[in-house]
Amino acid sequence: MKNNLINILAAALLGLAAGNTDAADIKLLNVSYDPTRELYKAYNQVFAGYWKHKTGDTVTVNQSHGGSGKQARAVLDGLEADVVTLALAYDIDQLHARAKLLPENWQSQLPNNSSPYTSTIVFVVRKGNPKQIRDWNDLIRAGVGVVTPNPKTSGGARWNYLAAWAYALKQNAGSEDAARAFLDKLYKNTSVLDTGARGSTTSFADRGIGDVLITWENEAYLLLKEFGIDKYEVVTPAFSILAEPPVAVVEAYARKHGAYEVASEYLKYLYSKEAQELIAQNYYRPVDKEVAAQYASQFPALELATVAQFGGWTAVQNKHFADGGVFDQIYGK
Amino acid sequence: MQAPSSTAGNAIVRIGNRQALRDPLWLRCALIGVAVGFIVLFLCLPLGLVLYQAFAKGWQAYFQALSEPDTVAALRLTLIVALATVPLNTIFGIAAAWAITRFEFPGKSLLTTLIDLPFSVSPVISGLIFVLLFGSQGWFGPWLSAHQIKIMFATPGIILVTVFVTFPFVARELIPLMQEMGNEEEEAALSLGAGGWKTFFLITLPNIKWALLYGVLLCNARAMGEFGAVSVVSGHIRGLTDTLPLHVEVSYNDYDAVGAFASASILAGLAVVTLVLKSFLEWKAR
Amino acid sequence: MTQSSIMPGFRPALAFTLGYLTLIVLIPLSSLLFTSLQLDWNEYLDIMIDRRVLAAFRISFLTSLAASVIAGLFGFVIAWVMVRYPFAGKRVLDALIDLPFALPTAVAGVVLATIYQPGGIVGKWLIDNFGLQVAYTPLGIVVALIFIGIPFVVRTIEPVLQEFDTTMEEAAACLGASRLQVFAKIILPNLFPAVLTGVSLAFARGIGEYGSVIFIAGNLPYVSEIAPLLIVIKLEQYQYAGATSIAFSMLIVSFLLLLGLNLLQRRLRKRSGQI
Repeated sequence: MKNNLINILAAALLGLAAGNTDAADIKLLNVSYDPTRELYKAYNQVFAGYWKHKTGDTVTVNQSHGGSGKQARAVLDGLEADVVTLALAYDIDQLHARAKLLPENWQSQLPNNSSPYTSTIVFVVRKGNPKQIRDWNDLIRAGVGVVTPNPKTSGGARWNYLAAWAYALKQNAGSEDAARAFLDKLYKNTSVLDTGARGSTTSFADRGIGDVLITWENEAYLLLKEFGIDKYEVVTPAFSILAEPPVAVVEAYARKHGAYEVASEYLKYLYSKEAQELIAQNYYRPVDKEVAAQYASQFPALELATVAQFGGWTAVQNKHFADGGVFDQIYGK
Repeated sequence: MQAPSSTAGNAIVRIGNRQALRDPLWLRCALIGVAVGFIVLFLCLPLGLVLYQAFAKGWQAYFQALSEPDTVAALRLTLIVALATVPLNTIFGIAAAWAITRFEFPGKSLLTTLIDLPFSVSPVISGLIFVLLFGSQGWFGPWLSAHQIKIMFATPGIILVTVFVTFPFVARELIPLMQEMGNEEEEAALSLGAGGWKTFFLITLPNIKWALLYGVLLCNARAMGEFGAVSVVSGHIRGLTDTLPLHVEVSYNDYDAVGAFASASILAGLAVVTLVLKSFLEWKAR
Repeated sequence: MTQSSIMPGFRPALAFTLGYLTLIVLIPLSSLLFTSLQLDWNEYLDIMIDRRVLAAFRISFLTSLAASVIAGLFGFVIAWVMVRYPFAGKRVLDALIDLPFALPTAVAGVVLATIYQPGGIVGKWLIDNFGLQVAYTPLGIVVALIFIGIPFVVRTIEPVLQEFDTTMEEAAACLGASRLQVFAKIILPNLFPAVLTGVSLAFARGIGEYGSVIFIAGNLPYVSEIAPLLIVIKLEQYQYAGATSIAFSMLIVSFLLLLGLNLLQRRLRKRSGQI
């Protein structure tokens, strides 16, 4: 009975299924997180030009953007991405842990922990900085409205949270109780928890909620560009976290599509001078030393904590963001 | 539409309490005021805002946004999805309403409730259940993958969830009306020797045509406008599996307010199409 | 309505209805049950009696109850006015009722948040005059759900009202009943099932609504976090079984509510002699 149903359903739908591959052209699917839209839109053209020049083949890269976790789940559930470019290594780890779509050592296959660009967490305040926000300590003052997305649903928010946690630990000689108290105050000042980073940007910029937005550095500069440098300014705190958004070839799917080579090359070329410049122009911090030096004025130097200090993403996830974790405890009081 | 009342009835009522048939003027004005106020506040204002944002940078920007290849692709996919969804659910709606309102059988309330059920399923879940079935880790995932059939993150999956989400619309419109109508007319026709289909087309259909039209239009509007559930199964591949509502979100997240609201205005415009279509049909029926 | 032997098509109509229902609704929904069954009873209970889950359930149920009742009241008035009173511009307003169906929920959320935000057109007025903040509070959820629910009410009542037999009203009137009596004794009892259907559909839809709510709710745990958001949060942690068990519980509650309303309606109709 069940099999019959499947057959009928499948037959009915088969006619509607879109045909996918065209032999002459190469198509890649890059499944990415939200803030990278502008970057990959530009990079895909650069890479297509490079690949055409090198091999004569035409590469079209299709893009899919969304929350990092949601995107990873879609790939697990059958969205056949050739490459993933996500916000957290944790999400790419799941592709191995749950479906063996790529090898366990994926992160060592490309330089710099497979992160061709890095970023950090900064503040955006309203022009003139009326609340005089300079550092993390200023965020927990009474009367300061903070906007940050929900770490439970947003990868970017987890970086925000971890940066605050790292700062509080450092200020309080490693005392976790003090760090909890700091985060408690921080989230008491937060009146809206959007589900994604772009949602928070909108709440802050379009709706006038809060005095300070905690966000990715690249997102902060993009906000300035989109909403006007006469309305907002970026405040880079003296201490933050090194965010390394990783990239990886989804080996199982790429091989199935016969696109493993071009997919690998697509990611490798992100480390080239040409791509690194593009990365810097999109306000991500380039990993190439020369390009970084060239754009040094754009990226203020600051002290950076790393996820490794906290035992890596899986440990952080279990301790802070899992059900009943530190974040839940903050709200559970 | 003013309900027609028989002249004979009016003549009799003239003897009785005629005012009991009409609401007093003050009440009419008050109720119209409440209704119009509510519609303006809750519906006109949002629509106005959508249009205002869509045209914020002028006509040219509006039409440029709409003629972008990704927007056109999204619109095409949305139309395909609606075209596949609406007829299926219309046929179902008629069959279900016929069975439920014309016959007595045990478990009828249960059946009616099951038909309503998709309304109460969160869009997040409507998407998820199909992922659990057809996703590569789902029940049928391995089988589908072995047979090279793609349902999730492709058009068939989008159609399936849309069918699920809009499942009750036509049936829901028809059932209360056909209950209200009763089946005396149909029985009369049948007892005079008319066949089942003939009775349906000549007696039932003319009686239910407005409700059926409503149902179809609503089903269509919802099929085109569904966001949450489709978002789960679409994969969001720009220009390929983005429907118009998803494209709205993509554009909005791209800080392209004009693009986002221009696409949204097309969907909002469905209400206007509904209006035109309804007026046209009413005019033709007269 | 009585069982009629001459009405044709019972078997094919019912068979098609049941088959299609099974294929499109029951089989997919059963995946919720089977995925939830990966948890044992204690794990399930742990999830369901978690304070935060209970709080989200309470918020979801209360806000959609409030929204559906308000939508029911206004929806009734709107349907009444649209069907009974002729006035200029009626058609245009009537067409607008479908807007919430056609507008993607995310757009609705963005637009409503813009209007009701503390600096928005209506939001500012409400704060200045009543000190009432709508956006980013549970009130915001209610507003979004009224928007989502209103067409369900209006579009359920309208067709019934249109087909409504005015001879009954006339009969009562010629027996000397006042307008209020006609309304209370004739119109309301006959329309009540449709109103109830509309309200219950709006309610059921409201419980599950996600897209429009998250933009306007503020999403603070224990304050404005709705149950569907918790499902998303569970999924974000790859806890499919946890997510489906919340979803399944919501489904059961909605199902029982809808079933109760349908049974109640049947009794009402029986009493008023329609069956």
